[in-house]
Amino acid sequence: MWSLLTINSISFGGLLFLLSAGFSLIFGLMRIPNLMHGSFFMLGAYVGASLAQRGYDFWLAALAGAGVTLIVGGLVERVLLRRLAGQPLAQVLLTLGLSFIVADLCLMIWTGDPIQPGTPAGLRSSVAALGTTVPLYRLAVVVLAVAVAAALWLLIEHSRLGAMIRAGVDDAPIARAMGIRVSSLFTFVFCLGAGLAGFAGVVGSPILSVYPGLDADMLPLALIVVILGGAGSLVGALLGSLLIGFLYNFGQAMLPDLSYVILFLPMLIVLLVRPQGLLGRVAL
Amino acid sequence: MTTRRQILKGGLAAGAVVAMPAVLRAQAEPFRIGLLTVRTGPLAQGGLQMEQGLATFLKEKGSTLAGRAVELIAADTGGNPAGARTKAQELVERNKVGVILGPLAAFELLAVTDYVRARKVPLISLAAAEDVTQRHVNPWVVRPAASSGQCSHVMADYALKEMHLKRVATISEDFAFGYEQVSAFQRVFEDEGGKVVRKLWPPLNAPDFTPFIAQIGQVDGVFTGFAGSNPLKFLRAYADVGLKGKVPVTGGWTAFDDALLKSFGDEAVGAYSSTFYTSDYGSDSNKRFVAAMDKDYGVVPGAYSAGMYIAGQCVEGAIAKLGGKTDDKDAFMAALKGLSLTDTPRGPFTFDTYGNVVGDVFVRRCERQGGKLVNATVKTYEKVSQFWTYDPATFLKEPVYAKDSPPAKNLE
Amino acid sequence: MSRVNVIQGVALLLGTAALATLPLWLADSYYVNIATQILFYAVFALALNVLVGYAGLTSLGHAALFGVSGYTAGLLLASGQGQLASVLAALVVTVLMSALFAVLSLRATGIGFLMITLALGQILWGLTYRWASLTNGDNGVTVADRPSPLGLSLADPSAFYWLTLLAFLVCAASMVLFVRSPFGASLRGTRDQPRRMSALGFDVWTIRFLAFTLSGFWSAVAGLLFVYYNQFISPQVMSLQSSAEVLLMVISGGTATLAGPVVGAALVVIMKNVVSAYVERWNMVLGIVFVLIISFMPEGLVPGTARLVRSAYRGLCGPGKAEVPASEGASEQPRELRVRAEAGR
Repeated sequence: MWSLLTINSISFGGLLFLLSAGFSLIFGLMRIPNLMHGSFFMLGAYVGASLAQRGYDFWLAALAGAGVTLIVGGLVERVLLRRLAGQPLAQVLLTLGLSFIVADLCLMIWTGDPIQPGTPAGLRSSVAALGTTVPLYRLAVVVLAVAVAAALWLLIEHSRLGAMIRAGVDDAPIARAMGIRVSSLFTFVFCLGAGLAGFAGVVGSPILSVYPGLDADMLPLALIVVILGGAGSLVGALLGSLLIGFLYNFGQAMLPDLSYVILFLPMLIVLLVRPQGLLGRVAL
Repeated sequence: MTTRRQILKGGLAAGAVVAMPAVLRAQAEPFRIGLLTVRTGPLAQGGLQMEQGLATFLKEKGSTLAGRAVELIAADTGGNPAGARTKAQELVERNKVGVILGPLAAFELLAVTDYVRARKVPLISLAAAEDVTQRHVNPWVVRPAASSGQCSHVMADYALKEMHLKRVATISEDFAFGYEQVSAFQRVFEDEGGKVVRKLWPPLNAPDFTPFIAQIGQVDGVFTGFAGSNPLKFLRAYADVGLKGKVPVTGGWTAFDDALLKSFGDEAVGAYSSTFYTSDYGSDSNKRFVAAMDKDYGVVPGAYSAGMYIAGQCVEGAIAKLGGKTDDKDAFMAALKGLSLTDTPRGPFTFDTYGNVVGDVFVRRCERQGGKLVNATVKTYEKVSQFWTYDPATFLKEPVYAKDSPPAKNLE
Repeated sequence: MSRVNVIQGVALLLGTAALATLPLWLADSYYVNIATQILFYAVFALALNVLVGYAGLTSLGHAALFGVSGYTAGLLLASGQGQLASVLAALVVTVLMSALFAVLSLRATGIGFLMITLALGQILWGLTYRWASLTNGDNGVTVADRPSPLGLSLADPSAFYWLTLLAFLVCAASMVLFVRSPFGASLRGTRDQPRRMSALGFDVWTIRFLAFTLSGFWSAVAGLLFVYYNQFISPQVMSLQSSAEVLLMVISGGTATLAGPVVGAALVVIMKNVVSAYVERWNMVLGIVFVLIISFMPEGLVPGTARLVRSAYRGLCGPGKAEVPASEGASEQPRELRVRAEAGR
């Protein structure tokens, strides 16, 4: 049981990283409490899962899901969020309002029946490891998360674009003064975050299934990860995701009476003791 | 894609086409049926199925029940108790309905039960909350579907006697509907000699069930009371960790519902469930019902749809008994409770003195037949009461089924 | 100026008279019930507005306070306590709980404050589900009887409406007094210029703490009205969605105004309960309404409409005067932004 929990902690953490990496960047760079991040996850999952169920290749479907949320994210940022720069209350209202719309739209299109696409071909078997059965797909999720993390790390730490993003996270006005087009950066980061969330939704769908309410289940998790790890920090998001992965899996097993607070209690403690998160660049 | 508005319109339009006898046409005021459904939020899937089932019934009858024209008014509770309460008020005070069908969830029913009692409005419930027909019996409620525990009693008996399971773990959502199903299972299973050795309660918003499945341990079988979309991710995770085929799964009436089968893959094959409605039942009305649901919506109906079809039949039966005179609510309620219907999609049934159904419960095994998943009935228990085989008086002296009630004596 | 005051006074009087006689000219008790709901949600929104509007602190956990009040009263009544004792206990417990919330959450401002209140709210919500031996879990708590103060039965919808209206009027009046009081002024000071307020010798923390408990008190009143109105309470009342809903009422109506939260409460209650009877996808319509409000009146419905009316009025009076106005209504937001940016560091 313990080895199964360990492996599941890592794979769940990987999935959470895919969900929250973009959220962390959006939060860190744009200071936007994006309360529709869960909606991106669900929308991407619905698009990808229904394509996969119709027989399209799973990974193509995942890219399609990511593409749709990327475009929706871009539209939201360009058309709506942009006008609300620096007004957190208005952003809260807008993203909440949009999350209502997305939730109802998904209900309209997919009628509320849960969808669970089959595990992608080639990853359906299990391997025996550490004295337990490990589904191959969960290992694949870990590999995928590591690959995405590496790509993001290269992007942020070793590219010109990344340097601009980092400058924007640290101090947007100064970055702007130095001639960086911060507003284009905002669009880029928001699209990236939305696309990653949509991709995470499809990747998660064979495990979590897709159902109305998935958005509301995932949004608090993204919040917790980013608060634990610290906004604007990729390594923080990775660490936060793994921590939550372990906390969730072992907490549910060892402290069932605390199951509802097992995630929010640590979040509260971090907020109180170290408001910038474990590795955050910015205090909340 | 069919919207609910289309569903309801379809039902009503068909009603207008049917030619009514002149005498009845003179009776201008239609009998109003209120439906507490859910159209928004996570429970909307069940609400849609309820509406489809009822619309199918009304279409079949041309919106005329026992010669009386009926009008359906659907209200969206949003799947929460305060919404259910407000919408019940709307149906009664604004729309002046003669009977309420629904609601879907136990907590919605509990939020409206006192109100319908105070306003003396007959309510035909789909929600399963035990005590509404037990310790806090509401004289204005009948339940032609099932109480929470009614089907799990049966599953426990079958698991022990036919599947020969001795040690079982249970896993269900951490809320009242889960507690009541699991405790009912545990009671019969242990009274007949089995042991429930582990009880697991994932919280309502659990994204992944693997950490709970990991704790199942060495058992002969598993009982689950999952509802909504949860059975889907449960069975997948169960198969993923390699338990499928090794440790059989049994479930309550929501776990492997016929309407859910189209969402399942092979992981569901071999799962047992007990339910008050199965789409392969052979009655005439069920054949009509299944065919109409397939024709109009392209779906196999499950218990939510059937429950509302049957609720419609109850209304029809009561109107017939009263000769179309529905103004006297006490008489209407008495007529409802005295019903004994024979041709329904779930077979013949009556109500006990508490307003809960006494009818058949089916045990099914999920199989793949001709490429499609089906629930094949393996045993039918006839005339099952909400009290199983226990004496109602002693049954009611004990506390209602809850998380630790009756206490589990064999946990390891 | 005085003419405006007279007009305002007359409007207020007429409005109150209309509200007071509402059950007499509304034929259906159903609409009286909807009006009751609008009023107690308006009290709740006004309570939250003390924090969001005047203190610049956005709480996303207020439904927990609302719920604690309802649960305390409901559980005490269920255990056989008297009406008065239960009501008082609910107020006291909720104010204490808001004091605890305040102590924990006032370590931060801005998004940090929002996150801490969210976490606290979620923890209480989880407890009401899990601690079923106390709260009866999702089966909820039923309140058998409404109270009958001075022998007047509140079972009748109209009678309960009048009680709610009374509470609402007292709440609104107390908000007027609060806004005009030195305390209100210093609270706005902590919102706009926290550092200067500190430098001037004001204890910013204590001012915010008092504002939080004031907000908690009126949330408790609203929670009590809710539980007596529904005669039932269950954990859904405390969910994140409920917290978001009341926040949306405040923001969509207009923060830091008296009429804004009331209009927002009316908007949400009417969408949920009246529009939903005609529009199947009312939830999407509600979302679209929020997006439209934010796009065209980012300051909220009440200040936004006032701005439009003003500019239309000035447009009629000739172009000469129309130069001054535009910035007036909008001045609130950038100032808030500056504060947030400061507090964030």
